[in-house]
Amino acid sequence: MKPSRRWLPYLFVAPFFLLFLVFGGFPLLFSLWLSFHQWEPSEGLGAMRWVGLENYAYGLTDPWLIDALYNTVWLAIAGGLPQHLVALPLAYLIHRRVRRGRDLVLGAYFVPYISSSVAIAVIFATLYSRDYGLINAVLAELTRIPFVGAWLPAQPDWLGDAAYTKPAVAFVVFWRYLGWNLVLYLTAMQTLDNDLFEAATLDGASPWRQFFGLALPLLKPMIFFAITLSLIGSLQLFEEPFILVDSEKGVARSVMTAAIFTYQTAFVDGDYGTASAVAWALFALIAVLTWLNARLFSRGAHA
Amino acid sequence: MKLVSRSYPDHHTAMNAGLATRAGLPDVMAVDLRFLGQFTAGGGLMNLADLAAADGTDLTRVPAFSRAQATTHRGELVAMPTDIGPGSLMYRRDLLQRAGLKEHDLLHSWQEFLRAGAVIKRATGASLLSSAGDLLDIMLRSGLGDGDGLYFDRSSQPSVDSERFARAFELSLQARRLGLDLALTAWSNEWAAAFRQGKVATQMMGCWLAGHLKNWLAPAQAGLWRAAPLPGGAVASYGGSFYAIPKAAANPQAAWAFVRQMVFEQSTQLQSLQVIDAFPALLELHQHPVMDEPLPYLGGQRARQLWRDVAGKVPATPIHKFDALATRVVRDAFEQVMTQGRSIPTVLREANALIRRRARR
Repeated sequence: MKPSRRWLPYLFVAPFFLLFLVFGGFPLLFSLWLSFHQWEPSEGLGAMRWVGLENYAYGLTDPWLIDALYNTVWLAIAGGLPQHLVALPLAYLIHRRVRRGRDLVLGAYFVPYISSSVAIAVIFATLYSRDYGLINAVLAELTRIPFVGAWLPAQPDWLGDAAYTKPAVAFVVFWRYLGWNLVLYLTAMQTLDNDLFEAATLDGASPWRQFFGLALPLLKPMIFFAITLSLIGSLQLFEEPFILVDSEKGVARSVMTAAIFTYQTAFVDGDYGTASAVAWALFALIAVLTWLNARLFSRGAHA
Repeated sequence: MKLVSRSYPDHHTAMNAGLATRAGLPDVMAVDLRFLGQFTAGGGLMNLADLAAADGTDLTRVPAFSRAQATTHRGELVAMPTDIGPGSLMYRRDLLQRAGLKEHDLLHSWQEFLRAGAVIKRATGASLLSSAGDLLDIMLRSGLGDGDGLYFDRSSQPSVDSERFARAFELSLQARRLGLDLALTAWSNEWAAAFRQGKVATQMMGCWLAGHLKNWLAPAQAGLWRAAPLPGGAVASYGGSFYAIPKAAANPQAAWAFVRQMVFEQSTQLQSLQVIDAFPALLELHQHPVMDEPLPYLGGQRARQLWRDVAGKVPATPIHKFDALATRVVRDAFEQVMTQGRSIPTVLREANALIRRRARR
């Protein structure tokens, strides 16, 4: 082989690595470097001043970041947990019962995941509208029913009142990522050995028994994988609250996540150093939680 | 000349990135008032006062208050105002008449403004305000003198726990409790619908609101709206557009010639007023006959005279780098008072401490 041939494969893979280094590797390292500096960006790169760990100390003790972390956890639980609680049985139902038009059903659940966030913002802003929204129109009808009506709130301002914004955003998160988890679980179920289920049926196990006793334990690796993805996604949650609640409004802080806090610190307040420090701290938090999640699941698997 | 046009937030993000890296900068950049504080903080923009001095351009031909907005703490004028937004109270004259009120019943004091609102509500069902937050915004601006900042005092310390804020919070809370506002977000669909359905009796904003009312908010209500000065003797300016020249500009001389043409040339400024309803920054134009033209949408009112007078009285309020941050903190504090019933002195003390902490760098 001629020496030039030896280098050819590297030449072919080079475009990816080049692009990755420019758009992936460099920004990562630069933000790490930046997190130890104070920087007034409009003065240019020369204005960076080394401050050591000060950005970390300052950023991580910010009262709004503490609130933002609370909001993030709230939305992760309220928006993330139901995704799995619904997707698992639903995937099982589709796997066992739906024969014709399965792709159509699956596609319908998957559409929200690939919808543009602008379309989602428009649709949900309309649904959640206080005066003209479908949800409040239905609520208004329901309040006429005796007994039930008394328990329902009258015309909530879903995206304008801090008491309702979190559930409203959590629902959109749930709606958007349900299909994704459904696809994950359904794929995993299709790889399960059908003989096991046939044997269980012969032994007289009910479909519910088969779900809890057979399908769930076998799906454990996939559940771990799906929950890990949800965990990472939830802690980086940005888009849904950002597009649903106008960040100029006072109420926006009720759904300000850690990622939105970071974004605002950088791009609104111009404090890129602190924002980078918070972003790296958030990365550390996600890494620790993912590790804990792995520990939790692997211990269960050995038992 | 090449014109690059981007969406509003994209443009300011791109300019910020350009200033940070000294790359991809235009010769002239347009800057909205909201981003001016952030852009003037660094040293990336040319001092236009030097360029003006070099060719004898008289800077007092544009309002002192808008020059103050574009002046850094180092005293450099880094942007040139091209249009301004004298604050005005737009009101529905027909609703006032049905309630048996006159314009001056709205204007005398803030307390009387609210009292008139209660009368309008009883007589017509319409709300005085689309949002109590509008009342807050404008009350915070009343009583400021030349050199006083909106959120920061002359020594750059936050002044959010002052009497001015407490009073504005109290009166806005009172308006909400009396049911005088619709608790709507400006520019939302519900907000626009409320105008169209005649649920809003007054709106305080820049004079350019008249253009929005005429073109899309309430074209059917032509002749029903009038413009008045802000209540309680308040004078304020809402928004404004500026031109800046980066220090890294390739053709600074041509850039300055362009800015001069856009700002100091009567015909250009007149055209902006006639085509896009941008109120001119050039003071000579305030004496032009165009100011005396009756505006058909406002029932033939010669409202530009009023706005010109307001523009002459707006105090020179310096812009602080952390104004945007302070706005966010104060709006959050206001929300806590309005919906969570927290006490005004407590939230203002907390807000002040938070701004002090955040603005330390």
